[in-house]
Amino acid sequence: MDITVLIGSITLFVMSIFLGFELITKVPATLHTPLMSGANAISGISIVGALLGANVAYEGGDTVVSGILAFVALVLAMINVVGGFAVTNRMLNMIAGKKRGGQ
Amino acid sequence: MIDDQWIGLGYLLSASLFIFGLKRLSHPRTAPRGNQLGAMGMLVAVLTTVLQMELGDGIEGWILIGSGLLIGGLIGWFMAFRVEMTGMPEMVALFNGFGGAASALVALSESWKYIEDETLELPSGLELEVMVVAAGLSALVGWMTLTGSLLAMLKLKGGVEIFGKWIRTPTWGPSWLNPVKGLLFLSTLVLIYLSIQEPTETDYLFAIIGISCLLGILLVLPIGGADMPVVVSLLNSLSGIAAAFTGFIISNSVLIVAGSLVGASGLILTFIMCKAMNRELIDVLFKAFGGSDKEQLTRTKVGSDADEVAMMVDGAQKVIIVPGYGMAVSQCQHQVKEFADLISEKFDTEVKYAIHPVAGRMPGHMNVLLAEANVPYDQLIEMDEINPEMPEADIALIIGANDTCNPAARTNEGPLAGMPIIDADLARTVVIIKRSLSVGYAGVDNDLFYMDKTMMLFGDGKKMMNELNAAVKEL
Repeated sequence: MDITVLIGSITLFVMSIFLGFELITKVPATLHTPLMSGANAISGISIVGALLGANVAYEGGDTVVSGILAFVALVLAMINVVGGFAVTNRMLNMIAGKKRGGQ
Repeated sequence: MIDDQWIGLGYLLSASLFIFGLKRLSHPRTAPRGNQLGAMGMLVAVLTTVLQMELGDGIEGWILIGSGLLIGGLIGWFMAFRVEMTGMPEMVALFNGFGGAASALVALSESWKYIEDETLELPSGLELEVMVVAAGLSALVGWMTLTGSLLAMLKLKGGVEIFGKWIRTPTWGPSWLNPVKGLLFLSTLVLIYLSIQEPTETDYLFAIIGISCLLGILLVLPIGGADMPVVVSLLNSLSGIAAAFTGFIISNSVLIVAGSLVGASGLILTFIMCKAMNRELIDVLFKAFGGSDKEQLTRTKVGSDADEVAMMVDGAQKVIIVPGYGMAVSQCQHQVKEFADLISEKFDTEVKYAIHPVAGRMPGHMNVLLAEANVPYDQLIEMDEINPEMPEADIALIIGANDTCNPAARTNEGPLAGMPIIDADLARTVVIIKRSLSVGYAGVDNDLFYMDKTMMLFGDGKKMMNELNAAVKEL
C-alpha cells in the first residue's frame, strides 16, 4: 500500500467523522429510536466487505475457513441491513401514520 | 465486470444517499423518506460490489453469494415483521450486535486467509501494519459490540427463560471493575502490537477476540435497565466504527465513510439522549447508579382504591395521563386507552397524555406503545407543551412513572437536579399507580407521593387499570 492511499483513507475517515458530528444537531425524542435503528441499518455496510471476502475466498480455493467466515458475515450483515431498515420503516409508519389519522 | 471509476462513483452515490438519509431521519416530516434513502444507498453499494466481482467460474460463486443474501434477507425481514411493537428496542439491540459481528468476521476472514493458505504472500511494510492494526481494532470494537448488544437485549427484556425458569438479568459492577476494564483494553492494544511482529500467530488472534467479548459484557453488566437506551445508542456508534476499521483492511471507501458517519452521528445521538435524561455519559458508563446509596424511605402513605379514584374521575373535566416505565413493563397501554375512552364517553372528560422525552425504556417508547393501542396522535403532548396546561387539569393520572415527575428535580441538589420534569404536582389531584413507594431509578424519594392531594393506587399497572375501568363502568 502506498502511503498516499493510506493518507487518503485517513482523510476520508476524519472528514466523515466531522460530517457525522455536524449532521445531527436536534432530534425530537420521538425520533431517537427510529434514528438509532436507521443508523444501525447503515452500519450494516460491512456487507460490502463480506461480499468481497466471500468471493475472494471462493476463488482462492485453499481458503475454506475464511470463506465460511465471510459467508457468516454476509448473512449477519444482511439480517442487520434488511431487518434494520424494515423495523425503522415500521416504527416511522406507526408514528407518522397515526399523525395523519389524527388530523 | 465494470470499470474501476464506475465502482468509485457507485460508492460515492451510495455514501451521499447515506448522508441525506441520516439528515432526513432526524426530522419528523422527512424521516420515512430518510429511511428509504438509506436503504437505497445500501442497495447501490451492494449492486456496485456485486457487479465488480468477477464470478468467472460459472454459477457456483453466484449461488454462494446469492444464497447468503437471500438467507440473511429473509431472516431479517421475518424478524422485523414478526416482532411486537413493544419488543422493538430489543430488536434494535440484536440487529446492532449482528452488525458488529459482521464487521469483526470480515476482519477475521481477511487475516485467516494468510493463516490457512501458506502460499499466499503476506503483505509487507506499511500495508501489513495497516492491515494488522485495522483488523485488531475492528475485532476489538466488533466483538465488544456483539456481546454488549446481546447483554443489553437481555437487560431490556429483563431476563431469560432457561428450562421454564425465569432468570433476571443481573446488574453487577463494583468500582474495582473499572480499572480491570482499562487493563483489558490496554492488553488488547498490546496484543495488536505483538501481532504486527507475528501476523499469523493464532494465539494472539483468539486472545484479542476473547478479551473483546469479555469487555463488551463487562461494559454493559454494571448498567441498569433504565440506562439501556443510552448504551444501545453507544453500541450502535461502535458498530459503525467497527465497519470503518474493516474498511481500512480492504481499503474500501464506502465502508470507511458510512462506518464513520454512523460512528459520529451515533455518538451525538447518545449525547442528546443523555442530555434528555440529565445524565453524563461517563456517569452512565462507569458509575453504578443507585444501589447502596439509595435514600432510605422513612415516610408512609395510605393507599387508595379504584372505587375512590373512579368517583374522583366522575367529576373531572380534564384528565392528563402521565405514562412511564411501569406502563411499558406491565404492558397496560390497551387498558389505559380503554380508560380514556370510557371517561370521555361517560363523563365527557377531556383526556390528554403527557409524554416525557425519556419516559419508558427507549426515547419515544411511550409514543410507540400508545400508538399501538390506537391512541390518537394529537392526544400525545410533549412535556414542554403540556406543562402549562397542568394547573388546569383536575387529575393527573401517573402510571408507573417516578423520576420523570419528581419535584426534587427542581431543586439544585441530588442526582435529579435540573432534570426537566412533567409538572404533575400542579394538577388539582394526583393519582399514582405504582407497585410501591420505592424510589425510582435515580434513587431519590419522591415528595409527590406524600402530598395531601395525591392518591396512591398500589399495584401492577395492568391490574390496577382493569380495576379502575371496572369501577368506572359500575358508576
